[in-house]
Amino acid sequence: MNSYDVAIIGAGAAGASIARELSRYKLNIAVLEKEAECGFGVSKSNSGIIHPGTQNPPNSLKGRLCVQGNILTRSIAKELGVDFQEAGELIVIFDERDLPRLLELKREAEALAVPELRIVDRGWLKENEPNLSPEARLALYAPTAGIISPYRLVYALCENAVRNGVEIHTQAKVENIISLSPARELNARFEIVTLKGTFRASYVINAAGLYADDLSRMAGIDDFTIRPRKGEEFILDKKKQNLTRHLLFPLPSKTSKGILVIRTADGNPMVGPTAEDAKDKDDLSTSDEGLKKVFSSVKRLVPAIDEADIIAYFAGLRPVAGEDFIIRYEDKAPGFINVAGIQSPGLTAAPAIARMVCAMLKKNGLNLRKKIIFHSKRKKPIHLFNIPLSKTQRFIRKDASFGDIVCRCELVSAREVSDAIAGGARTLDGIKFRTRAQGGRCHGTFCTTRLMKILSQETNTPLTAVSKRGLGSEIVKEERTP
Amino acid sequence: MLEKDLVIVGGGPAGMAAAISAYENGVSDILLLERDQYLGGILNQCVHTSFGISYFKEVLTGPEYSGRFINKVKAIDKIEISLKSFAVNLTKDKILTFIKPGLIQKLKAKALIMATGARERTREMLHIPGARPAGIFSAGLAQKLINIEGLLPGKEVVIAGSGDIGLIMARRFVLEGAKVKAVIEIQKQARGLVRNVVQCVEDFEIPFYLQHKISRIYGKNRVERIDVARVDENFQEIAGTKFQLECDTLLISVGLIPENELIEMAQAKMDKKTNTPVSNELNKTSIAGLFVCGNAFRIYDLVDSVTKDSVLAGRQAAEYLIRGSGRTIPAGLK
Ligand SMILES: Cc1cc2nc3c(=O)[nH]c(=O)nc-3n(C[C@H](O)[C@H](O)[C@H](O)COP(=O)(O)OP(=O)(O)OC[C@H]3O[C@@H](n4cnc5c(N)ncnc54)[C@H](O)[C@@H]3O)c2cc1C
Repeated sequence: MNSYDVAIIGAGAAGASIARELSRYKLNIAVLEKEAECGFGVSKSNSGIIHPGTQNPPNSLKGRLCVQGNILTRSIAKELGVDFQEAGELIVIFDERDLPRLLELKREAEALAVPELRIVDRGWLKENEPNLSPEARLALYAPTAGIISPYRLVYALCENAVRNGVEIHTQAKVENIISLSPARELNARFEIVTLKGTFRASYVINAAGLYADDLSRMAGIDDFTIRPRKGEEFILDKKKQNLTRHLLFPLPSKTSKGILVIRTADGNPMVGPTAEDAKDKDDLSTSDEGLKKVFSSVKRLVPAIDEADIIAYFAGLRPVAGEDFIIRYEDKAPGFINVAGIQSPGLTAAPAIARMVCAMLKKNGLNLRKKIIFHSKRKKPIHLFNIPLSKTQRFIRKDASFGDIVCRCELVSAREVSDAIAGGARTLDGIKFRTRAQGGRCHGTFCTTRLMKILSQETNTPLTAVSKRGLGSEIVKEERTP
Repeated sequence: MLEKDLVIVGGGPAGMAAAISAYENGVSDILLLERDQYLGGILNQCVHTSFGISYFKEVLTGPEYSGRFINKVKAIDKIEISLKSFAVNLTKDKILTFIKPGLIQKLKAKALIMATGARERTREMLHIPGARPAGIFSAGLAQKLINIEGLLPGKEVVIAGSGDIGLIMARRFVLEGAKVKAVIEIQKQARGLVRNVVQCVEDFEIPFYLQHKISRIYGKNRVERIDVARVDENFQEIAGTKFQLECDTLLISVGLIPENELIEMAQAKMDKKTNTPVSNELNKTSIAGLFVCGNAFRIYDLVDSVTKDSVLAGRQAAEYLIRGSGRTIPAGLK
C-alpha cells in the first residue's frame, strides 16, 4: 500500500489549487477524485467570474479569501497559460432610492480592501455600456472583476501539479476513511478506502465539494451538512459577443448575487444563474421556470437580450454549508482538514484557500521544505481559434495534423484533440471543455464519431467504452450485430 | 496569389453536380473542396433506397446515387478534387482560405459555388428542460454511428420530431433489433414525406404522437425516461395530458438549417430566419459570382431536386465566367 504525506480528496478548483500549491514542497501527494476527470464536480459548471470581492458579508472568510484570490489568480493564470480577462463589474440600480444600499455595498467591499471602487452615473453608463437599459440610474463599478474558463483553470492546475510530482487518481471515489491514530507512525494516520484501492496518508484534506459533509463524517466530524443550491445558466450565440462590455449585476439579495449578464472565457454572452435549493446532489436539470426567471430578470438589465440566441444551457450546484466557507484543521481528527461549503466565490478564492491550507498544515506539524526545482510554468495549449489565420500556417507546417480539422463549427484540429487527451481528457465532455470541439452550433453532430475514434485509439479503449463524462454515460450501447 | 476560375465548396451531391455541369458548360479550371476524406457528403450514410427515382428513373441507395457522380467527377481531369480540405474564410472579393493536413491555402476565385449542405437543428435549440445525460443524438449522428461506424447507439428509442432522417432512423433502429417506443411531433402533421411516415413508422406499428411534445428529460448519466404531453394550438402543454416513456435514447429530428456561415462571412445579404442568402434569382447571392446550391440554398426533400438545382448553379457560374472573360456565350450552353 502506498503511503503519502498528504491525500487530497476532490480535484475541483479547491483540491487542484491545494495540490498545485503543495507541489512546491518535498512531499508525497495523492489526489483522489471520484469522477473520470478532474473538475467534473461543481467547478465545471459555474459562471467563471473572478470576483473582485464585492457582495460579501464584512469580516467573512469568503470575502477575505476572494479579495486575495482575485490577486493570486492573475499570476497563476499567467504561469499556467490560462486566459484571464479583466472585464470589470457593474452593480446596477434602477432607482436612486437604492443608492444607500449601493453605498453600503461599497463600504463593505472597501473594508475587505477591494480596490478601485467607484459609483458611476447615467452618463458614464451610457457611454461605457451602451446596451444597458436606459432606465439604469447608477452603478457600483469594480474594475478588478475578471473572467476565466473554470475548467481550463482546473485542468491547468492539475497538469502542473502532476508535472511537479503529484499523483492524481481519477475514478477513485473515497468510500471510507479509517483513523489509525494514535498507535501507528505519523505517516500513516489515515487509511483511505477508495474504489481504486486503499491509500495511506498522514494528512487528509477534504475538498470534496458537494460531498464534503459525507467525507467529514467518515473522519468523525459531523457538525455541518452541505445543501446543494442550484444555479441555471444560459449561453448565447457568439454572434452576440459585443452585447456587453462589463459583467452586469443587479443589487444582490441575501442568498445570491442575483441574475447576471456576463460572458464566458470564449466570448459567448451568458445569463444566469438562478439560486434555488435543490433536493438532490446530482440534480443538474434545467427547467422552463429557470429559463423564464433568468430572461425576465436579465432583460431588465439589457433589453436586447433574446431567448432565440440560446445555444446551450446547464445547471450547477453550489455546495452550501451555512453563510461562509468552512476551512479548518480538525483537532478531533488530528491530520484532517476540512475545506467545505465552498460556495461562490469559491473559484476566485481557491488559490487563497490553498495558501491557507498550507499554513494550517505547517502549523500542525507538516514539514514544508521547498523543492529545488519547481516547474511553475505550463506551456499554453495551442488552439487554432485563438490564432489569427495568418499565423496558422506556422503550426500546420510544424505538424500537419493542425490542418486536419475535426470540429468545423469551432475550428478544432486533430492535433488539439490529441493534446487534450495527453493532458488528461478521457471523455467527450473533457475534450469539449479543453478544445471546444462539440461546443458549437451543431453540438457534435458532425465531429462526435471522429472524436470517439481518436479517444479510443489514443487511450487504447474500445469505441463502446467511450463516454460523455465517465462510467454509465457511454455514447453507444454496443457494436452492431452484422 | 493562386487563382482559380471556379471553386466549389462541398463534395456532396450538390457540389459534384455543380462541378460536372460547370465543366460541361465550358469551365476548365475547377477546384472542388471537400472537408471529409471522401466525396458523397451525407448520402454516404443514407444506405436506404429512395434516391434517384426522378433523376435516374431508378431506385438507388444513397451511396449508389452519389457513386455515379463520384465516378463522373473523378473522370474529368479539369476538376481538381481536394479532400480533407476545410474552407475557413471567404471575403467579398472571393478570396477563399482553406486548411488541409499540412497546408493552409489562400486563393482568389473568379467564381464560387457554395454547396455546403445543411446541419440538423439540435436539442439546445428546442430548450427541452431536464437533465443532459448521454443518449441524446441528432438523427443524423445516430445514422452515421449505425451505418458508417457499425455501432448501435441505443436499445429503447424515442424520436423527437418527424423529419425524414428521424423517420428513416425509426425503421433502422427496429431493423437493428432496438425498440422504438414513439415518434413525437409537436405539429399537427408529420414534418417528413408521407412515404416515410408510411414505410418507416406505420408499417412497423410505431406509436406516432402528433401535437405532442417532450417536456422533460430524465437520467443521471444516460437517458432513462422522458415526459410527453399534448399541446394546444399555441404549442403549450395541456394540463393533465402528461405521460412518461422509459427509454435510453432520444433522437432529435426537427429539421435542417442551411450551412451558410462562409457566405455570411463574405458579407452577402442573409435572411436570418432561414440562414440562406437573400437573392432574387435561383442560386444567386448579393455578391456577383458567388453562387449557392443544394441544401445550402434551400432544404430539399429529395436529392434529385438538389441535383437539378446544382446543375443550374454550375451553368450559371459558367455563364458568369464566360461573360467576364469577354467571350460570347455559346448558344448550346446546357
Ligand atoms: C451556478 C454557479 C455559479 C458560480 N459562479 C461562480 C463564479 O462566477 N465565481 C466564483 O468564484 N465561484 C462561482 N461559483 C462557485 C464555485 O463554482 C465553487 O465555489 C467551486 O467550484 C467549488 O470548488 P470545489 O473544489 O470546492 O468543489 P468541486 O469542484 O465540486 O470539487 C470537489 C470534487 O470532489 C470530488 N468528490 C466528491 N466526493 C468524493 C469522494 N467521495 N471521493 C473522491 N472524490 C470526491 C468531486 O467529484 C469533485 O470533483 C459558482 C457556483 C455555481 C453552482
